[in-house]
Amino acid sequence: MANEILQIHHLSKAFGHNIVLRDIDFTVEKGDVISIIGASGSGKSTLLRCINLLETPTSGEILYHGENVVGKKVNAPKYRSHVGMVFQSFNLFNNMTVLENCMVGQVQVLGRNKEDARKEAMYYLQKVGMAPYIHAKPRQISGGQKQRVAIARALAMNPEVLLFDEPTSALDPEMVGEVLSVMQTLAQEGMTMLVVTHEMAFARDVSSRVVYMNQGVICEQGAPQQIFGDPQRQETRDFLSRFRNA
Amino acid sequence: MNIFLNLARDIAELWQEYAGLYLTGIWNTLSLAVICTALGCIIGLLCGILNTIPYSKNDNILKRAVLKAIRVLIQIYVEVFRGTPMILQAVVIYYGLPYFTNYAMRFSNIWLCALLVVSINTGAYMAESVRGGIISIDPGQTEGAKAIGMTHWQTMLFVILPQALRNILPQIGNNLIINIKDTSVMSIIGFTEFFAVHKNVTGTTYLYFPSAAIEMAGYLTLTIVASFLLRMLEKKMDGSSSYELAEVDSLTMAAGTYKNPDKTNYFDERSREYKEDK
Ligand SMILES: Nc1ncnc2c1ncn2[C@@H]1O[C@H](COP(=O)(O)OP(=O)(O)OP(=O)(O)O)[C@@H](O)[C@H]1O
Ligand SMILES: [Mg+2]
Repeated sequence: MANEILQIHHLSKAFGHNIVLRDIDFTVEKGDVISIIGASGSGKSTLLRCINLLETPTSGEILYHGENVVGKKVNAPKYRSHVGMVFQSFNLFNNMTVLENCMVGQVQVLGRNKEDARKEAMYYLQKVGMAPYIHAKPRQISGGQKQRVAIARALAMNPEVLLFDEPTSALDPEMVGEVLSVMQTLAQEGMTMLVVTHEMAFARDVSSRVVYMNQGVICEQGAPQQIFGDPQRQETRDFLSRFRNA
Repeated sequence: MNIFLNLARDIAELWQEYAGLYLTGIWNTLSLAVICTALGCIIGLLCGILNTIPYSKNDNILKRAVLKAIRVLIQIYVEVFRGTPMILQAVVIYYGLPYFTNYAMRFSNIWLCALLVVSINTGAYMAESVRGGIISIDPGQTEGAKAIGMTHWQTMLFVILPQALRNILPQIGNNLIINIKDTSVMSIIGFTEFFAVHKNVTGTTYLYFPSAAIEMAGYLTLTIVASFLLRMLEKKMDGSSSYELAEVDSLTMAAGTYKNPDKTNYFDERSREYKEDK
């Protein structure tokens, strides 16, 4: 199947004796928008970090277009340039302006010339509404603006998949909306995304599939209508009821 | 009052006679301090970078062994040169080389020896500063760089080191000022820096205090000018505290409403697909 970008087979991850992920299996197809939900400590971040090889899985494989990327022979930087990641804490480069943040990867990793990189960066900065701020340094802009720049930086690499790890959790409430709306637009335009989130409205309304994780395993997954409307597992029901009551 | 007049007269006399010597001394001190601070920074930078190459359990044994050995060697270097007086290091190196080579080798040029000693000494201090500067940069930025596919070296060069260097600039400045003063111990191996001039001049004139007054004024001028220049450099590196808004068509600000007409990209491809589907 040419549509499958990532296939994850029997993925496990342990930190010492602490087994954080057990036997994870799932597939990401082109255009999927997958929300990963679950309690704190259930291993959601670890899963994303394994997919981006920021953590080395203890066992199992991650197939990228059919090729296993877990192992020593893999060129991790090259693979990562196809799989972008947006972090909870933005992780912008503090020594660079907004524009430079979005250019450095293109120039250094993809070998684009400066002019092309600038155009590409401007295109995405415009998309996320940050074009007026290209000369600002990260310390001079707000959290929501930083996160939008981080999204533009990831997009400028033209990745095939974008991973988001709680992109709005570090934001003041009034800034959550601006970031979610950028993400929603991306989803509508067909970007393949994996989003760890506590924003249940986003998971329900924007994603094409919802994955509920509990204690390191995928407890239940399915279409948002099914997970939110008719959850099959007791754990899922318990987890969701906490959000309804909140 | 009389005493100050005397002092002024003595200083004037000394200066008239020995201005050339004093100025050469100042020049030697300054060049030695500046060059050695620069070389020391390079040594410190190398050590700091080598010291922070990451390795994990998954790397092969050889790589891990080499990296561990490097860390140990650097640690020894730092401890030895930070833990002994520079005046002794100068003596040990200057007289040690001929001693150990059975007088086959010696320092033909006193500059060479002085440069070596002071640079290595500065390097030992800077190695720790650089390491501290590197690990003080929050690991999130390293992850951000990794996540867009940058290698360890690219991350170092473009993200970490520029910030680490800015953070340790005050320490580099400190080292320069210390070097301006402490290169005076190089007179022990016969290097004619500023303080050595004082010893030579007073050997014949016995005008100890007036000469010392000249030395005090000279050193103080050097260090004050140095710290002023460093302060300027820090300001310059920090850039302006404000930024200018770039001019953009206000219509293009909202997310997703702008499409670059003269280029196809991922999203355009997608939308084409969607049209074909329908
Ligand atoms: N580097 C690490 N070393 C050791 N243990 C870790 C490490 N990273 C995560 N863990 C452990 O793994 C477990 C899962 O952590 P993870 O961050 O993946 O959870 P999460 O689902 O993302 O939670 P949250 O919603 O709070 O972000 C936790 O018990 C955590 O303590
Ligand atoms: Mg997390």
